[in-house]
Amino acid sequence: MINNIIWPVIALGGIAVFFGIVLAYASKKFAVETDPRVTDVRNVLPGANCGGCGYAGCDALADAIVKGDAPITACPVGGEELIGKIAELMGVEADSNERQVARVICCGDNNNAKEKYEYQGIQDCKAAEMLAGGSKSCRYGCTGLGTCVRECPFDAIHVVNGVAVVDEEKCTACSKCIAACPKGIIELVPVSKKVRVLCKNLEKGKATMQACKVGCIACQKCVKACKFDAIKVENNVAKIDYSKCVNCMMCAEVCPTKTIYANFADRQKAFINEDKCIGCTICSKHCNFGAIEGELKGKHKVLDDKCVGCGQCAVKCPKDAIEIR
Amino acid sequence: MRLGLILISAIFINNFVLSRFLGICPFLGVSKKVETAIGMSLAVTFVMGLASVISWMVQYYILIPLGIGYMQTIAFILVIAGLVQFVEMVIKKTSPTLYQALGVYLPLITTNCAVLGVAILNIQSNYNLIETLVHGIAGGLSFTLAIVLFAGVRERLELAPIPKSLEGFPIAMISASLFSIAFLGFSGLLSGLL
Repeated sequence: MINNIIWPVIALGGIAVFFGIVLAYASKKFAVETDPRVTDVRNVLPGANCGGCGYAGCDALADAIVKGDAPITACPVGGEELIGKIAELMGVEADSNERQVARVICCGDNNNAKEKYEYQGIQDCKAAEMLAGGSKSCRYGCTGLGTCVRECPFDAIHVVNGVAVVDEEKCTACSKCIAACPKGIIELVPVSKKVRVLCKNLEKGKATMQACKVGCIACQKCVKACKFDAIKVENNVAKIDYSKCVNCMMCAEVCPTKTIYANFADRQKAFINEDKCIGCTICSKHCNFGAIEGELKGKHKVLDDKCVGCGQCAVKCPKDAIEIR
Repeated sequence: MRLGLILISAIFINNFVLSRFLGICPFLGVSKKVETAIGMSLAVTFVMGLASVISWMVQYYILIPLGIGYMQTIAFILVIAGLVQFVEMVIKKTSPTLYQALGVYLPLITTNCAVLGVAILNIQSNYNLIETLVHGIAGGLSFTLAIVLFAGVRERLELAPIPKSLEGFPIAMISASLFSIAFLGFSGLLSGLL
């Protein structure tokens, strides 16, 4: 009876102790030098292993950040708070990044874009791309079969009426859709810039028009309308320089094909704080749209119907009396 | 000759996943992409071979002499768990690239019933040491065959028009069962060879 208890205990205990010794020895002999910061950084990372940073999971990113291969802003899910924490651990200054989102540069949906042929193959953009660049007449347009939708780990992009559209609230700029799109028409833009040219068609105006009703025909009306030199036409397509764009939305107003998209409801307006205004007239002189009226030494007022929210008056006001909202 | 028979039998006729239904968890879990499937199967083959040999030695040099053959299950699990941890450490040190590729899967293999299954089967079939080694590796190879084939099919299924209610896991299970039925076709192989 005792034998039945003693022997198993000794035998199994012996095996366990043996393996324990082997493992302890192995963990010393085969120890891999890891920077303790790697464990610290790994602990503050969200741990979702979504791959949004471009690395194989949070472990790999922690490794890369400490090694210096990845910037501390690499994790799109963590946000400002995370960047601050990592900066603290790494002992560097955290510079705040302006939040970016992905945008699909195409508005040729089922109502506007013409088709070359009826596509009945695998419902994947990469597959459609192999058949003469997809079923749309425009070679540069979105095929609308949703390869990007499948890639997105945040459910932030959907195909609406034949064109992919990004939900800017959910987008974390992880860039997976950008890598997946075979047409290369998804780009990262700062989220605060509300005006966008939704076309990448490089062909001349007539050819573009034949392919799609809302394509950019490079008529240059937007270039003439822009008072800030922020939009240029290159290679038969308009492109906005976001470092100069102030969201005044004038280009969107004049675009004849409605290629430039801007939600006019989002347009901001200037408001002059009457208490601070000293009537110096600097703002009305700098207003390109004639939207401020007032007499010298008198309180100035913004004309709502003319104001486009470009913010130039606020920049120029010496008393900081103008708010744009 | 006998070794060859063990090899063929373990890989095709008594395929560990598709005929014996062992190791289904990683089979269904890690078979979404062919690359991950290959990584996983390499790790499993390695562990199965090594675990078979060491558990055989534990059985015949420790358990039987002491008359405690009934402790087989616990002893084998102990051996397999310790072994996998040791292998993970060795791989992490000696080959960081290999560790990147399959280090994540090694802990998954510890609780894989295919590994314990092969260890116990070796004892039940009264194999000697060499036969045990071959059977262990053959078991790993059968897992490899099953999971890599399945991963290929699953990748194609991603793009196929499947009815909404069957998308994802349900169609994977149906495909797996079809695989299993297909492999039944091998059952007459041995009698034809002998």
